Amino acid sequence: MANYKDIINGLKDKQGGIIEAFHALQREYNYIPEEAIAEAAQVFGVSQAQAYGVATFYSYLSVEKRGKYIIRMCESAPCHVAGADEVIKAIEKHLGIKVGETTADGKFTLELTECVGQCQATPVITVNSEPVFNVSAAKVPEILSAYK
Amino acid sequence: MAEEMRIVLRNYGKIDPLKIEDYLAQGGYKALEKARSMGQAALIDDVKKSNLRGRGGAGFNCGMKWSFAASATADQKYVICNADEGEPGTYKDRLIMENDPQSLLEGMAICAYAIGANQGYIYCRGEYPQVIEILNQAIDQAKAQGLLGDFDIEVRSGAGAYVCGEETALIESIEGSRGEPRFKPPFPPVQGLWAKPTIVNNVETFANIPVIVDKGGAWYADIGNPAYPGTKVFTLTGDVNNRTFFEVPTDTTIRALVFKFGGGIRGGKKFKAVQIGGTSGAFIPESLLDTQVAFDAMSAIGATLGSGATFVLDETRDLVDVSTRIAKFFEHESCGKCAPCREGTARMHELMKKLNEGKGSSKDVALLEKLGRVMSYSCLCGLGQAAPAPVLTTIKHFPADYNAKLM
Repeated sequence: MANYKDIINGLKDKQGGIIEAFHALQREYNYIPEEAIAEAAQVFGVSQAQAYGVATFYSYLSVEKRGKYIIRMCESAPCHVAGADEVIKAIEKHLGIKVGETTADGKFTLELTECVGQCQATPVITVNSEPVFNVSAAKVPEILSAYK
Repeated sequence: MAEEMRIVLRNYGKIDPLKIEDYLAQGGYKALEKARSMGQAALIDDVKKSNLRGRGGAGFNCGMKWSFAASATADQKYVICNADEGEPGTYKDRLIMENDPQSLLEGMAICAYAIGANQGYIYCRGEYPQVIEILNQAIDQAKAQGLLGDFDIEVRSGAGAYVCGEETALIESIEGSRGEPRFKPPFPPVQGLWAKPTIVNNVETFANIPVIVDKGGAWYADIGNPAYPGTKVFTLTGDVNNRTFFEVPTDTTIRALVFKFGGGIRGGKKFKAVQIGGTSGAFIPESLLDTQVAFDAMSAIGATLGSGATFVLDETRDLVDVSTRIAKFFEHESCGKCAPCREGTARMHELMKKLNEGKGSSKDVALLEKLGRVMSYSCLCGLGQAAPAPVLTTIKHFPADYNAKLM
């Protein structure tokens, strides 16, 4: 794994680039570790409180450790009427976790999200930002079995 | 009856988006060349004459906006493309960027020439990592061909904040801050990114520009509804047969959109309501379906055109349930900067939840109407001002759904 300091310093010349740095960190670790927030604050010349404020403002960024595969269920209105609630229940049952939790083996984290812009095939989930289309409760075990 | 007309999606399916040669073969970048030969003032006049109005939802005259930034004196100006497409039920900007990224870059380069900017940003939502990849490749290709001249474009990634679709919140985000809207004025064309004159336009707005420059403002002004000319891309979701996208002239009616293009309601059921413009749009009943999908025509019936998201619901749908879900959305997405929105969206969700669970009374409905009115004029930005619309319009047009759930 790349060192968080190298990741942040590689982007230090980008004006206002702290969010880009957070994205880069998250691509590497699936979340933004606390020590990386402190480092980013220093590199981009803001206080640690400000850096933490930015990291926690955006729902796509996480300051909590997450699993290898991050499942996000869209709950916006088009997915809602297409049966998102049943899909969430099926995923929760299949993985034995609730929304916001990570499986004990560190493999899956389940989150809710608002619209991911793939409304031609609702309901939609994303797994590590890759969309999966026309999900139904019945298809959940098969879909998740693809992630080793 | 109106037919589909593709301007912003003119190259959809016809070119390889990652081959700039394909775009050039379709006449790409000729408009930029023409724009540069016209001179800045004549170019802006022609864009004004086209009466192209912002496709992001606010409907401001594009050429007029550009003229403000052009006349501002500054050592640096910026062009920003708002690609933070977070409006539920909307994926039109993704379609444009995935299928014809050069068209967006050319539109931005024309704007940069018009206002005298040499730096551009595309603020693309973080949920579209694949699109960001395409944009970066497209920028590299355009630069390698020397097409952009001294204009540089950088892609910045949004991070899941709906409010960043508001232009000053978006600017705050590019600057590396929390995406909270600014007080206006000053407006971005005067003082925007890093306090410099900045044009922020939507993807669909920029994608129109090369065609307008190529064929002339007068040609464009003649298409569709004269007060809001051109075409608009609509994405259909919910209970319609054709859950897909269409680009149509703006004199198309909502009825044609749902029944002709959308193919009517699924499963032989009856139409109940359609919400246009995204999740803050009004719910429109059957009696208003002959309205044209143009900005002012929609305003006249208390609705909006917004992003063009078209969310159709059949007779079996419970609008109290759907509006409760939407109220939850706004509570989550309120940035918290101003009290009317921070508190208002939370109370609105609380009251809707109560009604949806069958625990509310007519007093709660009256309270919602009052709260919604107050929010619509007291919230700082468009998010809070528009948030009550789904609740207020469902109370107005579909009272039976509420009455059925009262205690």
